[in-house]
Amino acid sequence: MGKADRMSAIATSGAQQPTASAASDTIVSFRGVQKTYDGESLVVKNLNLDIRRGEFLTMLGPSGSGKTTSLMMLAGFEVPTHGEIMFDGQSLRNTPPHKRNIGMVFQNYALFPHMTVEENVAFPLSVRRVPKHEQKDLARKALAMVKLEGKENRHPGQLSGGQQQRVALARALVFQPKLVLMDEPLGALDKQLREHMQIEIKHIHERLGVTIVYVTHDQSEALTMSDRIAVFNDGIIQQLDSPTGLYETPQNSFVAHFIGENNILNGEVTAVDGAFCKVRLNGGTEVTARAINIKGVGSRTSLSFRPEKVLIEGINADHPNQLPARVEETIYHGDHVRVRMTVAGSEGFTVKMRFRASRPIPVPGEEMAVAFAAEDCLALDPV
Amino acid sequence: MTVPASASAAPAPADPAATHDSPAALKQKLRRAERMRKLRAMGLIAPLFFFLLITFVVPIADMLRRSVHDTELSTVWPTVTAAMKGWSDRSTVPDEATFAALAKDLRAAGETKTLAVAARRLNYAVDNGRSLVFGTARRLPVNATNWKETLIGIEPRWGQVETWNAVNQASGPLTSFYLLAALDREKLADGSIIKAPEQNSIYIDILERTFTVSLSVTLLCLVLGFPVAYLLATLPPKHANMMMILVLLPFWTSLLVRTAAWVVLLQEHGIVNEILLALGVIEQPIRMIYNRVGVYIAMTHILLPFMILPLYSVMKGIKPHFMRAATSLGATPTEAFIRIYLPMTLPGIGAGALLTFILALGYYITPALVGGAADQMISFFIAFYTSDTVNWGMASALGAVLLAATLVLYSLYNRLVGISNMRLG
Repeated sequence: MGKADRMSAIATSGAQQPTASAASDTIVSFRGVQKTYDGESLVVKNLNLDIRRGEFLTMLGPSGSGKTTSLMMLAGFEVPTHGEIMFDGQSLRNTPPHKRNIGMVFQNYALFPHMTVEENVAFPLSVRRVPKHEQKDLARKALAMVKLEGKENRHPGQLSGGQQQRVALARALVFQPKLVLMDEPLGALDKQLREHMQIEIKHIHERLGVTIVYVTHDQSEALTMSDRIAVFNDGIIQQLDSPTGLYETPQNSFVAHFIGENNILNGEVTAVDGAFCKVRLNGGTEVTARAINIKGVGSRTSLSFRPEKVLIEGINADHPNQLPARVEETIYHGDHVRVRMTVAGSEGFTVKMRFRASRPIPVPGEEMAVAFAAEDCLALDPV
Repeated sequence: MTVPASASAAPAPADPAATHDSPAALKQKLRRAERMRKLRAMGLIAPLFFFLLITFVVPIADMLRRSVHDTELSTVWPTVTAAMKGWSDRSTVPDEATFAALAKDLRAAGETKTLAVAARRLNYAVDNGRSLVFGTARRLPVNATNWKETLIGIEPRWGQVETWNAVNQASGPLTSFYLLAALDREKLADGSIIKAPEQNSIYIDILERTFTVSLSVTLLCLVLGFPVAYLLATLPPKHANMMMILVLLPFWTSLLVRTAAWVVLLQEHGIVNEILLALGVIEQPIRMIYNRVGVYIAMTHILLPFMILPLYSVMKGIKPHFMRAATSLGATPTEAFIRIYLPMTLPGIGAGALLTFILALGYYITPALVGGAADQMISFFIAFYTSDTVNWGMASALGAVLLAATLVLYSLYNRLVGISNMRLG
């Protein structure tokens, strides 16, 4: 039960902060924000979100989920159809983008091709009429921070994608904004560079203490970098939580499916007992699960399992939660083996099994049992 | 033990040359590999290349040659032009032998009826050169002991160095006379170049006028075309296509038709004046045609698409996130426009301006139809010399000046904006 305790601790600590001293702790606040482009469908439906000072908040979601629109409204490039966005206690309603003092890193960098790297970085300073020598100084410092010393006089076209990204980062930070927005800034980089930049941006965030709002559709990126993640779908925040909270206790099937890998078994709630419930699966077997998002006895539910939390070996015969399974396919991944099986009559159930040379890999067609702890099985809304 | 040794050597590259080529050998390989591709490329452009060579390059080269090649006089007056070679003391008139040669040529030309050719050629360089030639020929005696005195007696101008300088310069086969004349300059007998007298100096003015008109038209096109191109590039495709057709429609109409249409519209009792009169804006019809205003209106209208299209294609490539980035970094919309958008459209402005300007430089029909006498550009005079007075030397010289000016501007543009490298194959 240690895990559950830890999770509840995260949940409570998360709940405490906004109430404590809302005025100084919250830097951005979306209040009942709606956005429609065509007057028919809402891209953002009733967005309420408080962003804390100094945090790294990621808006995560599939394309069309409203995350980029929300970011663009914060930056001032889109106007909310309804509702209010507060920045530092002030409404942004009548503040044009250039007066918001919010740094922004764009998906395609948007470096000015006719300016050198240094001129690009000094641009926000020069429009703020900072003295020339100071501009040069600050620009060089910002470039040093992103490890681009010696590239000051290059043009953006002469830099690699990763270096351009660093310039864009330096440019968005050089005027010391309180808030920096990033719109899928690493989308155009290859995997290895992307992972490297994730760590680097995270370190810069820790060093500067600036608030960062980051938009991505890449869940692993979100998990790596964020303090909190707001999962968007259909214009609604599905869940706002820390990376562990999202992964360990997804509040609905969408989040469970979107963050990490997930197996689903459908069934019906037969009994509810505090934090747990009994669910009869379609095959007829009854299991115990954590009651997270169910409508009560008799309602349909989808059980969610993480592949690494399902046991397929060393199961006691009297384990309360066990299901019959048949191995369909095994894939060797080096450190682990992925076993695809049919569990309780439903196909495509994946289990991750640690690989040890001493242990044989299951053979396709083999009949066996899978088991899981009740707290690793989440009863969520039916899909 | 040779067997193990060779066995151990086996894994090494079998052919060292394959992996360790000298740079020269590698270059040769590359050349060989690319030869086929180059040949094919050349084969594809060959038809156009020969077409242009025969119909464009050769005639132009021939015309340019005519601006410095001058054999009109030496064909009809072979003796005197040959004798001019011996004229060394340029401060006095030539010797008796040259005068004798002149008399001989005058007679011979009179017999073959080619005197008019010589008269026309000398008329370019000598005031009343025609009367000089015909007058002398008419009163030429059959024999004379001293041709020098006799000829000067008939026509005192033969006693002037200027006359002989003109004959000398017209003797060919090469001359700088036409090119200098095209720049309002003339060469004195001693070889120094001076400005031509006031009454003969018109070409610098015409050249200036040509450039002024072209530049004004280019600027007008830029001012009018820039917002249109911006709108075209930013409108949603449905409306943009509609607008594009409006831009291109005049482009597809004959130049002559459009010019004629402007004549109808702008004339004293044309539609524009009638409307302005009816509205009470003016009381007298304004003169909008057969003057500079008409030229500007018609030429700007005709050349606008050449400005809009390059601008549009460049603007189409400027993604909106550049402007967004600029404003997010604190630039006001105006500042973002001036410091980010405008510099990014420079290649388009450059291309459009160059295209418009160079096209405008050579404009002939439009100024001829809607301009007055003081609005004719250099092409008008080229046409005038080519077909009216058959002074091909002068026409070629003016053409050469125009070509040179155009090339200078082009290289300047290339230096400033840069034209993507052209490479064959």
